[in-house]
Amino acid sequence: MSTVVEILTQIRPEFDFSQSSDFFEDGMLDSFDLVTLVSELDKAYGISIDGLQIVPENFQNVAAIEAFLSRNGVVP
Amino acid sequence: MRLSFRDKAISGLLTVVPANERKFVDEMANFNFSQARSLKLKQVMGYDRHRIVAGPVCASDLAVAGIEHLLAGGHLVRDDIDALIVVTQSPDYLMPATSHVVQGRLGLHADMICLDINQGCAGFIVGLMQGFMLLDQPAVAKVVLVNVDVLSRKVSPRDRNSYPLIGDAASITVLERREDAGVIEAELKMDGTRREALMIPAGGFRRPSDAETAAMIEDAEGNVRSLDHLKMDGSAVFNFVMTEVPELIGGLLARTGTTVDEVDAFLCHQPNRFMLQKLADKLAVPHEKMPSNVVENFGNSSGVTIPLVTTFNLADALLAGSRKVCLAGFGVGLTWGAMLMRLGPLRFCEMIEYREDV
Repeated sequence: MSTVVEILTQIRPEFDFSQSSDFFEDGMLDSFDLVTLVSELDKAYGISIDGLQIVPENFQNVAAIEAFLSRNGVVP
Repeated sequence: MRLSFRDKAISGLLTVVPANERKFVDEMANFNFSQARSLKLKQVMGYDRHRIVAGPVCASDLAVAGIEHLLAGGHLVRDDIDALIVVTQSPDYLMPATSHVVQGRLGLHADMICLDINQGCAGFIVGLMQGFMLLDQPAVAKVVLVNVDVLSRKVSPRDRNSYPLIGDAASITVLERREDAGVIEAELKMDGTRREALMIPAGGFRRPSDAETAAMIEDAEGNVRSLDHLKMDGSAVFNFVMTEVPELIGGLLARTGTTVDEVDAFLCHQPNRFMLQKLADKLAVPHEKMPSNVVENFGNSSGVTIPLVTTFNLADALLAGSRKVCLAGFGVGLTWGAMLMRLGPLRFCEMIEYREDV
């Protein structure tokens, strides 16, 4: 199974996601990338992330995404 | 607002799509994004191909073509039309109303009602509401509801937020009284405080179009559009749909004591595949009960998408029999509405192409 960083890197291969604390502020992801990321996480972990949870705060860095997945019962 | 309509029915549905089909892969170069990112988005959102007019086709052109097709096929008789409702955000003129243009072009009689309604993605629900209300009048036995938009003409080809998904189309829905139709339950809500989530800022009286409004400007995400173009705040619209629509549909089902299992199809407005699948998941509706294949085949044609998803997916079933359906439209205004009804058997349920070269 791909890790969160691997999934992020597939979406934007030009960035090093492990080095950023805010992907959106740093211009690494935009709102459309967020949609792609949610879709990839859904597929990778067999979940359906609630539409109302699709906000930048839950996906702004690797730790935030891993914590969000844990809250949704997924061990990334 | 809760609404109920007794002994009213949809008796036939026709959709009209332009013959001109454009493919997303051929348009990707217009956007300020890498091909790889655009292709990922294609997969997630369902962008593939869309039907848009190629030339200066107007709303009344698609509407007249559709109604003439029904007249020629014997599904409609000119003098039987007591009311003509046109729901559009892309009228032929600021004045007169497009319904009058259609009436005049078709040579319909004067003893009838022509009405325009400015509504978009919830326009089918609002149009049905208006049509069913007219049918309460003894003099009104047959209402022709036209939903039509040619909004591709108002979307910047360099706007990745909107252009890949926009579609042009018309639908002609015939509404009549039917004694055994039972009760149609509906919910409709509107919130004008969020009116800027979807808008064309210039071209009306508030901000007439001029050289300044035509200037192309790049936004923070790399989309290029002018004030004369449709602008959609994608995040606000997504949040609106995820917040309001599950509550709307869930509330309607609960109020009527209807379970998801008892509904054969959830025929929703078609913004994009991702949003519809999230909506289905939130309502615990199996994806196959909520078809989401209109954007990838035709594009999002505002108020026409509910008729389009119906004629594209359920034509045979609705000609042969009936289905319990939940219709839901949501969008500009903001407006959101849902209707629960038994639909069918229909006298016609068909899709035709509009050819500009004929």
